[in-house]
Amino acid sequence: METRIEINCTTGEVTEIELTQAELDQRETDRIAYEMEQANKEAKAADKATARTALLQRLGITEAEAELLK
Amino acid sequence: MATTFTLIKTYTLATATASFDFTSIPSTFTDLCLKLSTRSDYTQIYDPIGLQINGDTTSTYYTRRLYGNGATATSDAPSNPSTVAAIGLSVGASSTASTFGNLEVYFPNAFGSTQKSFSCDAASENNATTAYATFTANLWTGTAAISSLKILSANGTANFVTYSSASLYGILKA
Repeated sequence: METRIEINCTTGEVTEIELTQAELDQRETDRIAYEMEQANKEAKAADKATARTALLQRLGITEAEAELLK
Repeated sequence: MATTFTLIKTYTLATATASFDFTSIPSTFTDLCLKLSTRSDYTQIYDPIGLQINGDTTSTYYTRRLYGNGATATSDAPSNPSTVAAIGLSVGASSTASTFGNLEVYFPNAFGSTQKSFSCDAASENNATTAYATFTANLWTGTAAISSLKILSANGTANFVTYSSASLYGILKA
Protein backbone atom coordinates (compact mmCIF):
# COMPACT_ATOMS: atom_id res chain seq x y z
CA MET A 1 0.00 0.00 0.00
CA GLU A 2 1.50 3.32 -1.04
CA THR A 3 0.66 6.37 0.99
CA ARG A 4 1.23 10.10 1.21
CA ILE A 5 1.46 12.29 4.29
CA GLU A 6 -0.86 15.28 4.38
CA ILE A 7 0.11 18.01 6.83
CA ASN A 8 -2.61 20.59 7.41
CA CYS A 9 -0.75 23.77 8.29
CA THR A 10 -3.83 25.46 9.74
CA THR A 11 -5.13 22.72 12.02
CA GLY A 12 -1.81 20.94 12.56
CA GLU A 13 -3.48 17.66 11.71
CA VAL A 14 -1.26 15.04 10.02
CA THR A 15 -2.93 12.30 8.03
CA GLU A 16 -1.51 9.28 6.23
CA ILE A 17 -3.60 8.74 3.10
CA GLU A 18 -3.53 5.80 0.71
CA LEU A 19 -2.76 6.87 -2.85
CA THR A 20 -5.76 6.88 -5.17
CA GLN A 21 -5.66 5.13 -8.52
CA ALA A 22 -5.29 8.54 -10.20
CA GLU A 23 -2.26 9.29 -8.02
CA LEU A 24 -0.75 5.89 -8.77
CA ASP A 25 -1.32 6.54 -12.48
CA GLN A 26 0.39 9.93 -12.10
CA ARG A 27 3.40 8.24 -10.48
CA GLU A 28 3.61 5.87 -13.40
CA THR A 29 3.46 8.83 -15.80
CA ASP A 30 6.22 10.55 -13.81
CA ARG A 31 8.32 7.37 -13.89
CA ILE A 32 8.06 7.07 -17.66
CA ALA A 33 8.81 10.77 -18.18
CA TYR A 34 11.84 10.59 -15.89
CA GLU A 35 13.20 7.45 -17.56
CA MET A 36 12.76 9.04 -20.99
CA GLU A 37 14.60 12.15 -19.86
CA GLN A 38 17.43 10.03 -18.46
CA ALA A 39 17.59 7.96 -21.65
CA ASN A 40 17.70 11.11 -23.79
CA LYS A 41 20.45 12.54 -21.63
CA GLU A 42 22.48 9.32 -21.87
CA ALA A 43 21.97 9.17 -25.65
CA LYS A 44 23.18 12.76 -26.05
CA ALA A 45 26.23 12.02 -23.91
CA ALA A 46 26.97 8.90 -25.93
CA ASP A 47 26.61 10.84 -29.21
CA LYS A 48 28.98 13.50 -27.90
CA ALA A 49 31.55 10.91 -26.83
CA THR A 50 31.37 9.22 -30.23
CA ALA A 51 31.80 12.53 -32.03
CA ARG A 52 34.75 13.42 -29.77
CA THR A 53 36.47 10.10 -30.47
CA ALA A 54 35.99 10.57 -34.21
CA LEU A 55 37.35 14.11 -34.06
CA LEU A 56 40.44 13.02 -32.11
CA GLN A 57 41.08 10.32 -34.69
CA ARG A 58 40.82 12.86 -37.52
CA LEU A 59 43.20 15.18 -35.69
CA GLY A 60 45.55 12.32 -34.92
CA ILE A 61 45.85 13.11 -31.21
CA THR A 62 45.16 11.14 -28.08
CA GLU A 63 42.65 11.91 -25.34
CA ALA A 64 45.51 12.92 -23.03
CA GLU A 65 46.86 15.32 -25.66
CA ALA A 66 43.39 16.78 -26.16
CA GLU A 67 43.24 17.48 -22.41
CA LEU A 68 46.38 19.61 -22.76
CA LEU A 69 44.52 21.88 -25.16
CA LYS A 70 41.90 22.79 -22.53
CA MET B 1 16.55 40.80 6.74
CA ALA B 2 13.45 38.91 7.74
CA THR B 3 11.23 40.44 10.39
CA THR B 4 10.08 36.96 11.30
CA PHE B 5 11.13 33.46 10.37
CA THR B 6 8.40 31.31 11.83
CA LEU B 7 8.06 27.55 11.80
CA ILE B 8 4.65 26.77 10.35
CA LYS B 9 4.87 23.01 10.57
CA THR B 10 7.49 20.27 10.64
CA TYR B 11 7.03 16.56 10.26
CA THR B 12 9.33 13.53 10.48
CA LEU B 13 8.22 10.31 8.84
CA ALA B 14 7.41 7.31 11.03
CA THR B 15 6.85 5.13 7.97
CA ALA B 16 7.94 5.31 4.33
CA THR B 17 5.70 7.46 2.15
CA ALA B 18 5.44 8.73 -1.42
CA SER B 19 5.11 12.42 -0.64
CA PHE B 20 4.85 15.19 1.93
CA ASP B 21 1.80 17.36 1.26
CA PHE B 22 1.60 20.67 3.11
CA THR B 23 -1.97 21.93 2.82
CA SER B 24 -3.93 24.98 4.05
CA ILE B 25 -0.75 27.09 4.21
CA PRO B 26 -1.62 30.33 6.00
CA SER B 27 -1.25 33.45 3.87
CA THR B 28 -0.18 35.67 6.75
CA PHE B 29 3.43 35.76 5.53
CA THR B 30 5.21 37.26 2.54
CA ASP B 31 7.66 34.44 1.77
CA LEU B 32 7.93 30.71 2.42
CA CYS B 33 10.98 28.56 3.08
CA LEU B 34 10.93 24.78 2.89
CA LYS B 35 13.70 22.70 4.44
CA LEU B 36 14.01 18.98 3.75
CA SER B 37 16.13 16.20 5.13
CA THR B 38 15.36 13.16 3.02
CA ARG B 39 16.48 9.77 1.89
CA SER B 40 14.52 7.56 -0.48
CA ASP B 41 14.46 3.92 -1.53
CA TYR B 42 15.34 4.84 -5.14
CA THR B 43 18.07 2.42 -6.28
CA GLN B 44 20.67 5.09 -7.06
CA ILE B 45 23.05 7.14 -4.94
CA TYR B 46 20.85 10.17 -5.69
CA ASP B 47 17.14 10.83 -5.69
CA PRO B 48 15.60 13.60 -7.84
CA ILE B 49 13.24 15.58 -5.66
CA GLY B 50 10.19 17.21 -7.23
CA LEU B 51 7.73 19.81 -6.07
CA GLN B 52 4.19 20.73 -7.13
CA ILE B 53 2.24 23.79 -6.07
CA ASN B 54 -1.48 23.97 -5.34
CA GLY B 55 -2.04 20.47 -6.71
CA ASP B 56 -1.03 21.58 -10.20
CA THR B 57 0.17 18.50 -12.15
CA THR B 58 0.11 20.21 -15.55
CA SER B 59 3.15 21.38 -17.53
CA THR B 60 3.63 24.68 -15.73
CA TYR B 61 7.07 24.23 -14.14
CA TYR B 62 10.40 25.44 -15.53
CA THR B 63 13.85 24.67 -14.15
CA ARG B 64 17.40 25.84 -14.74
CA ARG B 65 19.92 23.70 -12.94
CA LEU B 66 23.59 23.70 -11.96
CA TYR B 67 24.98 20.60 -10.32
CA GLY B 68 28.24 18.88 -9.53
CA ASN B 69 29.06 15.35 -8.44
CA GLY B 70 32.67 15.61 -7.32
CA ALA B 71 34.06 15.02 -10.80
CA THR B 72 32.09 17.16 -13.24
CA ALA B 73 29.91 20.23 -13.11
CA THR B 74 26.90 20.49 -15.37
CA SER B 75 24.45 23.21 -16.25
CA ASP B 76 21.20 22.24 -17.94
CA ALA B 77 17.47 22.66 -18.16
CA PRO B 78 15.55 19.47 -17.50
CA SER B 79 12.59 18.95 -19.83
CA ASN B 80 10.76 22.27 -19.76
CA PRO B 81 7.94 22.82 -19.18
CA SER B 82 7.42 19.92 -16.85
CA THR B 83 4.61 18.57 -14.68
CA VAL B 84 6.86 18.81 -11.66
CA ALA B 85 9.54 21.27 -10.58
CA ALA B 86 12.95 19.61 -10.29
CA ILE B 87 14.29 21.09 -7.07
CA GLY B 88 17.44 19.07 -6.48
CA LEU B 89 19.12 15.76 -5.90
CA SER B 90 18.90 14.16 -2.49
CA VAL B 91 20.04 10.77 -1.23
CA GLY B 92 18.94 7.47 -2.73
CA ALA B 93 19.25 3.92 -1.47
CA SER B 94 22.77 3.33 -2.83
CA SER B 95 24.36 6.10 -0.78
CA THR B 96 26.00 5.28 2.53
CA ALA B 97 23.47 3.78 4.93
CA SER B 98 21.65 6.15 7.27
CA THR B 99 22.77 9.29 5.44
CA PHE B 100 20.26 11.93 4.43
CA GLY B 101 20.42 14.74 1.92
CA ASN B 102 19.42 18.31 2.73
CA LEU B 103 17.52 20.68 0.51
CA GLU B 104 16.16 24.19 0.93
CA VAL B 105 13.58 25.96 -1.23
CA TYR B 106 12.85 29.69 -0.91
CA PHE B 107 9.65 31.20 -2.29
CA PRO B 108 9.75 35.01 -2.34
CA ASN B 109 6.36 36.73 -2.65
CA ALA B 110 4.61 33.39 -2.22
CA PHE B 111 1.16 34.90 -1.84
CA GLY B 112 1.19 37.47 -4.63
CA SER B 113 -0.80 37.28 -7.86
CA THR B 114 2.13 36.88 -10.25
CA GLN B 115 3.98 33.80 -11.48
CA LYS B 116 6.07 32.25 -8.72
CA SER B 117 9.84 31.97 -9.00
CA PHE B 118 11.74 30.04 -6.37
CA SER B 119 15.31 28.96 -5.77
CA CYS B 120 16.66 25.74 -4.33
CA ASP B 121 19.95 24.42 -3.07
CA ALA B 122 20.63 20.82 -2.18
CA ALA B 123 23.46 18.58 -1.07
CA SER B 124 23.44 14.83 -0.95
CA GLU B 125 25.65 12.85 1.38
CA ASN B 126 27.72 9.79 0.60
CA ASN B 127 30.90 8.34 2.08
CA ALA B 128 32.30 7.72 -1.40
CA THR B 129 33.70 9.63 -4.36
CA THR B 130 30.37 10.72 -5.80
CA ALA B 131 27.85 12.97 -4.10
CA TYR B 132 25.77 15.78 -5.54
CA ALA B 133 25.38 19.48 -4.95
CA THR B 134 22.51 21.09 -6.84
CA PHE B 135 21.37 24.65 -7.36
CA THR B 136 18.20 25.40 -9.28
CA ALA B 137 16.16 28.38 -10.35
CA ASN B 138 12.53 27.47 -10.86
CA LEU B 139 9.35 29.04 -12.11
CA TRP B 140 5.73 28.03 -11.67
CA THR B 141 3.56 29.86 -14.17
CA GLY B 142 0.51 29.73 -11.93
CA THR B 143 -0.48 33.07 -10.45
CA ALA B 144 -2.51 31.99 -7.43
CA ALA B 145 -1.21 32.41 -3.91
CA ILE B 146 0.58 29.31 -2.72
CA SER B 147 -1.79 27.31 -0.53
CA SER B 148 -0.31 23.83 -0.77
CA LEU B 149 3.00 22.16 -1.57
CA LYS B 150 3.66 18.56 -2.50
CA ILE B 151 7.20 17.18 -2.21
CA LEU B 152 7.82 13.92 -3.99
CA SER B 153 10.48 11.77 -5.52
CA ALA B 154 10.34 12.85 -9.15
CA ASN B 155 11.33 9.48 -10.59
CA GLY B 156 7.80 8.25 -9.92
CA THR B 157 8.73 5.05 -8.12
CA ALA B 158 10.50 5.84 -4.86
CA ASN B 159 9.27 6.49 -1.36
CA PHE B 160 10.86 8.70 1.26
CA VAL B 161 12.13 6.50 4.05
CA THR B 162 11.51 6.70 7.79
CA TYR B 163 13.11 9.72 9.53
CA SER B 164 12.96 11.87 6.41
CA SER B 165 11.61 15.23 7.48
CA ALA B 166 10.11 18.37 6.02
CA SER B 167 9.77 21.76 7.68
CA LEU B 168 7.89 24.76 6.32
CA TYR B 169 8.67 28.27 7.52
CA GLY B 170 6.87 31.55 6.98
CA ILE B 171 8.83 34.76 6.53
CA LEU B 172 7.33 38.18 7.00
CA LYS B 173 8.67 41.24 5.15
CA ALA B 174 12.02 39.76 4.17
